[in-house]
Amino acid sequence: MSEDTTSSRGAAWLAALTHGAPLASGHPASLQVADATLAGEPARYIAVVPDPDNRFPRARHGEVGLIEGWALAQAVHQVIDADRKAMKKRPIVAVIDVSSQAYGRREEAFGIHEALAGAAGAYAQARQAGHPVIGLIVGKAMSGAFLAHGYQANRLIALNDAGVMVHAMGKAAAARVTLRSVDELERLAAQVPPMAYDIASYASLGLLWKLLDVGSAERPGEADLAAVRRVLAAALDDIRSDPASDLGGRLGGENRQASSRVREKLRAQW
Amino acid sequence: MSGNLLERQSFVELDARTRVRTLLDAGSFRELIDPFERMTSPWLARQGVVTQSDDGVIVGKGTIDGQPAVVLAIEGAFQGGSLGEVGGAKIAGALELAADDNRRDLPTRAVILFETGGVRLQEANLGLAAIAEIHSAIVDLRRYQPVIGVIAGSVGCFGGMSIAAGLCSYLVVTREARLGLNGPQVIEQEAGIAEYDSRDRPFIWSFTGGEQRFRTGFVDAYVDDDAARIRAGVIDGLARGRPAVERSDRYRQSLEQLARYDAGVQATPQMVRQICASGERDE
Repeated sequence: MSEDTTSSRGAAWLAALTHGAPLASGHPASLQVADATLAGEPARYIAVVPDPDNRFPRARHGEVGLIEGWALAQAVHQVIDADRKAMKKRPIVAVIDVSSQAYGRREEAFGIHEALAGAAGAYAQARQAGHPVIGLIVGKAMSGAFLAHGYQANRLIALNDAGVMVHAMGKAAAARVTLRSVDELERLAAQVPPMAYDIASYASLGLLWKLLDVGSAERPGEADLAAVRRVLAAALDDIRSDPASDLGGRLGGENRQASSRVREKLRAQW
Repeated sequence: MSGNLLERQSFVELDARTRVRTLLDAGSFRELIDPFERMTSPWLARQGVVTQSDDGVIVGKGTIDGQPAVVLAIEGAFQGGSLGEVGGAKIAGALELAADDNRRDLPTRAVILFETGGVRLQEANLGLAAIAEIHSAIVDLRRYQPVIGVIAGSVGCFGGMSIAAGLCSYLVVTREARLGLNGPQVIEQEAGIAEYDSRDRPFIWSFTGGEQRFRTGFVDAYVDDDAARIRAGVIDGLARGRPAVERSDRYRQSLEQLARYDAGVQATPQMVRQICASGERDE
């Protein structure tokens, strides 16, 4: 393992949660897949990690690029295919620490949008087929990378830590696109919860199932690990006892009322 | 690209509501949450940005070729076709209801008209969340019916909504269309002008334009900017039924193709055409 990889939160949490289970073969170095257990039953854990030797130069720091998107699709479809006839479907835990999608000419040329569709679609199909899918956000969950890796989960859990962040675009780029200064953007973000970069504001949108306090989000200690395992097990129970496999559990947040109102109106007028 | 210009009705020039009306069977269009309901963005006003009474998304119910359909159109002229909470929920919610219809044996089908830069950054996380729900709903609905996407132009289809387009069963595009994950300006900012020159239009179109996407199998129909041709392309997709393998499920083939590309060399449009078989689908 290179230095870059060991410093990745995704790699650290994946290794800790799987008791250092061997990584499954057949996946690129930027995708760690481990088959271990969750609450005593077999489960697949998946993390996107930095690979400084990635042959795609714009995807060497943990970005989700062409290979990562399609390889995520493959790792998830393997589980769906293996359990096609099983009554009880294996859980999948997406360990999320993704700084962004890959930005580059090669990526657009070979259709990175389709690679990310492959990943997002695979996770959605797994959930709809009855696999409990849990997204554990241990670091950054940014934009297209998060859409491809984790946002299709039945339940989202985030560590309550300053380095944990969900957003559509980094501050500098968002400021440029909206023709504002970074200062102005930060001032607005403090008043507009969906624009904020902190995880507490994100939690007010109602999209998280749990926000979990930990001692260290970077290097999981024994107590933190036990707490995360307990929450994962509780999420698994909650998913299994829920007859719906859609994303309806995300509605109802105090700062997301319009999403419910629009659906009520559509249903009434349909 | 021929035909009598005088008889053609440009689709690109139509606003989103007229596009919906044009695709649905004559007289069948009924708008849900119409502008008179004033379901506007609760977030733009707080930031001093003018709202629009439909939040830039039109939900039209009716029939196409006599079959029940819902057409969802994004208005590219409002905030760059960006998706916020309300517009995003309109699309996700309508797709969810279409899937529910199918579970009750009512074969409602969906067509999405993409003209969008993706997430509306003034509503950032709510746009992103809505787009995840749109992805989920497309994957759900396409278990029952093909989901058709149209990218006519001139905004194109980018960001999280390009992933939504990638999840559609069939895509119809014109020469004016562009389809890509990252907008040219963002790539230039992140990776430098040598990597991606956002002001070089021929360069941008040579990689992400409608014709290239058709030649490299990322879309299914490449048609003139003519309302009748686009409608015919949509009807053709609906008539074909669900594909044996959805484009977004072709991970094996895609990984094989990428293995044949030497990523040490910068990509060219010709290279992509050689590696990605044009329009062919594995059955």
